[in-house]
Amino acid sequence: MSASVLFDAQGPRGRALSVAGNIAAAVAIVAGLGWVAVALYDKGQFESTLWENAVSAEAWQYYYLPGLQNTLRSAAFATVGAVLFGLVLGVGRLAHNRVVRWVSGVVVEFFRAVPVLLMMIFFYMFFSAQAQWIADRPFAAVVLALVLYNGSVIAELVRAGVGNLPKGQGEAGLAIGLTPSQTLRSIQLPQALVAMLPAMVSQLVVVLKDSALGQIILYSELLRSAQILSSKEQNPLQTLAVVAVVFIVINWMLTTVAHRLAKLLSGRTAGSTAEGPGIGNPTIVPGGPVGGGAGPGAGAGAAV
Amino acid sequence: MDDFFSGFAELFAQYDVLAAFWVNIQLTFWAALLSLVLGTVLALMRISPIASLQWAGTAYVTIFRNTPLTIILTFMYLVVFSQLGITLTDDLNSTFFWFAVIGLSVYHAAFVCEAIRSGVNTVPVGQAEAARAIGLSFLPAARLVILPQAFRGAIAPLGNTLIALLKNSTVAVAASVATETSSLMRTMIEFRPDLMVAIFLLFAVGYVILVIPIGLGTTWLSQRLAVKR
Repeated sequence: MSASVLFDAQGPRGRALSVAGNIAAAVAIVAGLGWVAVALYDKGQFESTLWENAVSAEAWQYYYLPGLQNTLRSAAFATVGAVLFGLVLGVGRLAHNRVVRWVSGVVVEFFRAVPVLLMMIFFYMFFSAQAQWIADRPFAAVVLALVLYNGSVIAELVRAGVGNLPKGQGEAGLAIGLTPSQTLRSIQLPQALVAMLPAMVSQLVVVLKDSALGQIILYSELLRSAQILSSKEQNPLQTLAVVAVVFIVINWMLTTVAHRLAKLLSGRTAGSTAEGPGIGNPTIVPGGPVGGGAGPGAGAGAAV
Repeated sequence: MDDFFSGFAELFAQYDVLAAFWVNIQLTFWAALLSLVLGTVLALMRISPIASLQWAGTAYVTIFRNTPLTIILTFMYLVVFSQLGITLTDDLNSTFFWFAVIGLSVYHAAFVCEAIRSGVNTVPVGQAEAARAIGLSFLPAARLVILPQAFRGAIAPLGNTLIALLKNSTVAVAASVATETSSLMRTMIEFRPDLMVAIFLLFAVGYVILVIPIGLGTTWLSQRLAVKR
């Protein structure tokens, strides 16, 4: 725990100070929240009709639930696609063939650097102009953009997973006469995939959050449905609060699963089972890049 | 081919792509500053021995880390601006700009907090014990022994958050900032649909050029400053 690094066990004076600080801080926090509540009350945001319209059965039936269904649908398709795309690219970055490695590297770095929203808008406009046979074009654009971005993040997770394994794993494979690709396939990848599971679950949170970007290209996901409801009932604060709570509950459950998995799986693989940060490009390979300059076999061989 | 280039030259004359990127860089700069301050405060709250502060910090991180950024920025426009009628300046455009900065900061502060906390977690307990054993009290131990190592450990995750912030600055369009890159890309594609792919690649390469140096820089810095253990 971080607390134990900075703070020693407290003596009587420290404990008394802590209690006083605790009370003062609690009062300050409650006062701050109360001030916000009073300000909202003065603006009439606690009118019961505003809240009733935001949580009524009709709101759930006609707005939130269909929206949530679309959100989950795009997230599910995007997850499956991203895992496939990421596995192919990740193995490509570890491949023995220099051309395959280089091409996969360029693809991964490109899609990790381009904002998901730019891709979504581009694909949406591209499909609208060139591929009108696609019935649900916003859906296709959302899924494709999420697959490309999250797939390249997963590719990096695969590479980091193999890179974080102890060098002895690859050396043992070579020592018993496997070729470098066989070592990768039958010794390194299985352990790396187990090790990266928690980070993959964390990435699901990113997929789910980014699916809300679909609102901007008018994909009728949860946030978009809430906006339509709020423009009808004039209660954006209330509806957005409901939607935020739905997202927070789902994502919090996923984060908890990732946390449990990280503990559960740490005994089953030689790799590191760290969770992802839930934002950005979560790859930290201790000791520098792995597999970029040399294949796993060569890397293991060079480890003198 | 000539057609293609003349079309591109015409587009460049009509739309200022660099100005749009400059808006995103400004959004990123101010949001980075603000979220660094807010995130550091949150991290201090979470590692303090005071239970109510820990609780408040944890609640903040749990709420904002799990909320889509799009909701926060839509909230800034639809609720804070339209419904509650709060304005920051007389100029609408700069009001939207600063609302977007606030929304981006509020969201990324949760990740800055976690980055700093993970930096503190890289410091082994033995370091703190050794500091106490040679007679340093709390503040000198924190200032001389623990925080210098913690900041070095936090550089890589902070760099990762900065890259995410730069890319997420495009979502400012949800807070009605109409001058940034994603809105300009949309306008340009609407104007010249025949050059669609080239326009997208132009913006995409712009972000690659911005993101890759940040990534290389923070990786270099974190490895150079890494505490060898």
